[in-house]
Amino acid sequence: MAIESGVTSALEVEQDYEKHIKDPQAHRTMVLNMGPQHPSTHGVLRLLLELDGETILKAAPDIGFLHTGIEKEFEVKTYQQGVTLTDRIDYLAPLSNNLVYCLAAEKLLGLEIPPLAQYTRVMLAELTRLNSHLVWLGTHAIDIGAMSVFLYCFREREEILRIFEMFSGQRMMTSYFRIGGLALPHPRGWQKRVKDFIDIFPSRIDEYEELLTGNSIWMGRTKGVGYISLEDMLDLGVTGPMLRAAGLALDVRKDAPYSSYEKFDFKVPTSTVNDVFARYQLRLEEMRESTKIIRQALEGMPSGSHQADAPGIVLPEREKMKTQMEALIYHFKIVTEGFRVPAGEVYQTIESPRGEVGCYMISDGTQKPYRVHWRGPSFGNLQAIPRLIEGTLIADVIAALGSMDFVLGDTDR
Amino acid sequence: MPLPESLRDNSTAAALADLVTAGKLEFGELTVEVAPGNILAALGRAKTSLGLNRLSTITGVDRYPAEPRYEVVYHLQSMTTKERLRLKARLPGDHPEIESACPVFRAANWYEREVFDFFGVRFLNHPDMKRIMLPEDFEGHPLRKDFPVTGTRY
Repeated sequence: MAIESGVTSALEVEQDYEKHIKDPQAHRTMVLNMGPQHPSTHGVLRLLLELDGETILKAAPDIGFLHTGIEKEFEVKTYQQGVTLTDRIDYLAPLSNNLVYCLAAEKLLGLEIPPLAQYTRVMLAELTRLNSHLVWLGTHAIDIGAMSVFLYCFREREEILRIFEMFSGQRMMTSYFRIGGLALPHPRGWQKRVKDFIDIFPSRIDEYEELLTGNSIWMGRTKGVGYISLEDMLDLGVTGPMLRAAGLALDVRKDAPYSSYEKFDFKVPTSTVNDVFARYQLRLEEMRESTKIIRQALEGMPSGSHQADAPGIVLPEREKMKTQMEALIYHFKIVTEGFRVPAGEVYQTIESPRGEVGCYMISDGTQKPYRVHWRGPSFGNLQAIPRLIEGTLIADVIAALGSMDFVLGDTDR
Repeated sequence: MPLPESLRDNSTAAALADLVTAGKLEFGELTVEVAPGNILAALGRAKTSLGLNRLSTITGVDRYPAEPRYEVVYHLQSMTTKERLRLKARLPGDHPEIESACPVFRAANWYEREVFDFFGVRFLNHPDMKRIMLPEDFEGHPLRKDFPVTGTRY
């Protein structure tokens, strides 16, 4: 059987398999279903692979198993309620998603965000990058067979999640960034917690490197595997570490700095080797750079308010609400009907751990967005899968897919 | 149609001037509208002569009950100057159809399938024009404004 165009049903694949078993000679190629429950597809990606022996002739990704209609749901929620939906899109980088959504709405509203909130946003967005890269490294290593790295990565990730919980009260679905600033003021004792973490973290990265970088099995499985040319990647819409590992320093943090990233001193690591191993090294380098950004944010944290001075948009302080009539009215109005956003459209992008996240927001002047479109980096990256794995061996698929670091919630939305 | 006053000194808009039907520069973002028939010409020129060689995303907007009802929106970016451009084409409510951007950008493939899935806009000469997220037997296009948010009936 050959994959014609697009995707074949599971039944056809099964019939094909039976035919192949009965008469392997007459049936030269065979179609294999990989996923949607395959552990190395990290979620519910279905891949159809047409095989000749162990060589992949054709690959067809099938997505949509995790589609939850989030873009539709934005249209019936007020702007502030929409923040909670963004957590659930890319569930490994909730704060990056909060950030892009808030930045888009703030652009429409013309809000000025105080420096303290901007620095906190940068710091937590970078912690999110560490969080996401740690999950990536752990699962990527476990796919290839290095069991223990996973446990080490999750040890550090646990500490990051505790920091998130300290700030927002939630480990994963944080919703900590709100339109107009932050949901809550800083918690007591956060500086020590973050400082302890970033003091120890660089040595932990060395530990991962000790386990993997010189490991001959790891090198054998990743070096020279998963090559795809830079031109192909650009044309297919790939962004993020994949692109940077091919030598193009595309990073929204540098190209169009948001939330005061221009005040931070950091490098955008690139590599020209362009294989699975290079992507691994690049992400480790990104983790080191993120640690530097977090340290700068921690040491240079400005003082001031955590929310913008915009009475109709941000909720008044609890104390004022109980003593001032006006604050009480604002509180009631914001909670019951939301706030109006001037008509217009913006396309805000940021650099998430996986690449460029875009939030295209259209307002018609009411309390609810007219349309929100989410440009997920995983969706763009997944389009390159056939180009990435066609012609390679089936054993390399796992390594190549892992190096891509996609999240299906982000793809299917 | 002449360019709007505010875009006269914008080089990107000027380079597309003969195709542009409307345009604006808001929040530092350039939006240019072209007739649906000219979309391939506009995308091709943006890619080759303006250097806007990366397609960030394609999406749709439903302006129901206004006419023309649908908008197809393309976000492009230049890899050298990092500047962005938003291209738009408006399509009528019945039989919305537009040429596929796949010959210019291969990345358009999935984005156009998504717009077809959610809005029912057909892309002509698309290599694989079918639903991408929803099951094949799904009825209706959920991001249309007349599609209910709750309930099971379309």
